Amino acid sequence: MQQYDIVIIGAGPAGLAAAVAAHDAGIRHILILERDREPGGILNQCIHNGFGLHTFKEELTGPEYADRFIKQVEERHIEYRLNTMVMGIDIAPDAPMKIVTAMNRQDGMYQIFSKAIILAMGCRERSRGALNIPGYRPAGIYSAGTAQRLVNMEGYLPGKKVVILGSGDIGLIMARRMTLEGAQVQVVAELMPYSGGLKRNIVQCLDDYNIPLKLSHTVIDIQGKERVEGVTLARVDEQNRPIVGTEETYECDTLLLSVGLLPENELSAGLGVKLNPVTSGPFVNESLETNISGVFACGNVLHVHDLVDYVSEEADAAGKNAAAYVKDSRNAVPGVQIEICPQEGVRYTVPSHIRLSQMQDEQTIRFRVGNVYKNCFIRAYLNDRQIVSKKRPVMAPGEMEQLKLKKELLLSQIETGAQNNRLIIRVEVI
Amino acid sequence: MNTKQLICIGCPLGCQLQAEQNGTEVVSVKGNTCPRGESYALKELTNPTRIVSTSVRVKGGEHRMVSVKTQKDIPKEKILACMEEINGLTVTAPIVIGDVILQNVAGTGVDIVATKTVAASPSSCQDAGSRNF
Repeated sequence: MQQYDIVIIGAGPAGLAAAVAAHDAGIRHILILERDREPGGILNQCIHNGFGLHTFKEELTGPEYADRFIKQVEERHIEYRLNTMVMGIDIAPDAPMKIVTAMNRQDGMYQIFSKAIILAMGCRERSRGALNIPGYRPAGIYSAGTAQRLVNMEGYLPGKKVVILGSGDIGLIMARRMTLEGAQVQVVAELMPYSGGLKRNIVQCLDDYNIPLKLSHTVIDIQGKERVEGVTLARVDEQNRPIVGTEETYECDTLLLSVGLLPENELSAGLGVKLNPVTSGPFVNESLETNISGVFACGNVLHVHDLVDYVSEEADAAGKNAAAYVKDSRNAVPGVQIEICPQEGVRYTVPSHIRLSQMQDEQTIRFRVGNVYKNCFIRAYLNDRQIVSKKRPVMAPGEMEQLKLKKELLLSQIETGAQNNRLIIRVEVI
Repeated sequence: MNTKQLICIGCPLGCQLQAEQNGTEVVSVKGNTCPRGESYALKELTNPTRIVSTSVRVKGGEHRMVSVKTQKDIPKEKILACMEEINGLTVTAPIVIGDVILQNVAGTGVDIVATKTVAASPSSCQDAGSRNF
């Protein structure tokens, strides 16, 4: 029987950083399982620069950023298996052990026992099916990430005349990438009145190449039966309904969709991990541990990030916490619990609750806002007393926010008698 | 004196910059949170530059393509010339991250370097375009 202390599902940036942190915390029996042919995850196809400013204080491309972590994993002789698909995770009859069922071409289907699991499966793109765009189903419709892999890793150009729906970062990056490869990107349409991508990507991917960005626009028809021949866009009203008379048809052979990412949690759900309907990722506590003891989550499987640097930081914490779980060095006293309640403008928080006895001196709370806000405050109230107020000139749903909370501050404000304390985090416009 | 609005691309923060110009000379930069913002504004208004990243076909490698980049930023107007030179290239595996793939691209004095390691394929001799998926 194969037995490990920690099994990590996914060798992308989250899985690699979690493995390194767990190893450095003294755990030696670590196994990473990866379904692709190489470690590095989505970074392998993100060949543009802009990664690593926080982590390495320099600007790297995706493959270079991945390489730094792959080297750290290899230097530590941490075992990883490629081309290996995890089929399921279960709690063993002799809990708290977990059983991972995996499969690959060499070994067929097999089972691995592990004390702790770190979920690091990343996320998937939303597809056309999720959008209900009418029209035939011709060739030439790709998710932006699929097109990115084809162009950057396989060496195929999916089309020559392109319309992009969605202004998330992958869509913006692909507008530039397809242009550099000789395609004509006619327009990027965005349903919302603001872009879902980083401002720097609007400048260096669209403005640099004079590609128009049409906000409050969507695709209402796709023409062509065998291959895409054209796409019709229309402006939408405040309820996102197309406005009659604003239709414009673009002749094109390709439609790229960059319409959002969804954490990939089929394995987590199968194990009984409770998922947050807002993020589609697990609810976790301060240790990034799910409702199932010894099962941790980090990176895009937990909530979709904009910056890989924060994925690495989060995964580092998950790796350390999983190591502490394995070594049983955690403070077992249940103690005071703080529920974090996102309100007014704050869509969710990670973590969703804090056990004070397990909390480090400082806790990072990550969240996203639901709208564009200017000149406002992020404020935190513990049991209705304001404990943090942070001024933010601009906030947008496309950019993750964070607050750092000091343990001593929380300790000074909790109701010692009560087991449950409420921490409200919300946006307040001046 | 005229003021230009710019968005800094130095990091994901995307600071909104106001640069005051006297003719072509940049007199002051406001709105930046770090020194990168100021140097970006100066460059952007006098000689805008970008890092170019793309992929190059690989012969005899375990992967079909290797990702590459300009070792430093090159003038914006040289981007397409740079792409044209790179597009004609095929490199032979093995390639190690940091290897120079092409020297002095488009007369910029900047080299193209590999951003990924690609080992030689065990069943080598396959053409870049011959693998079916």
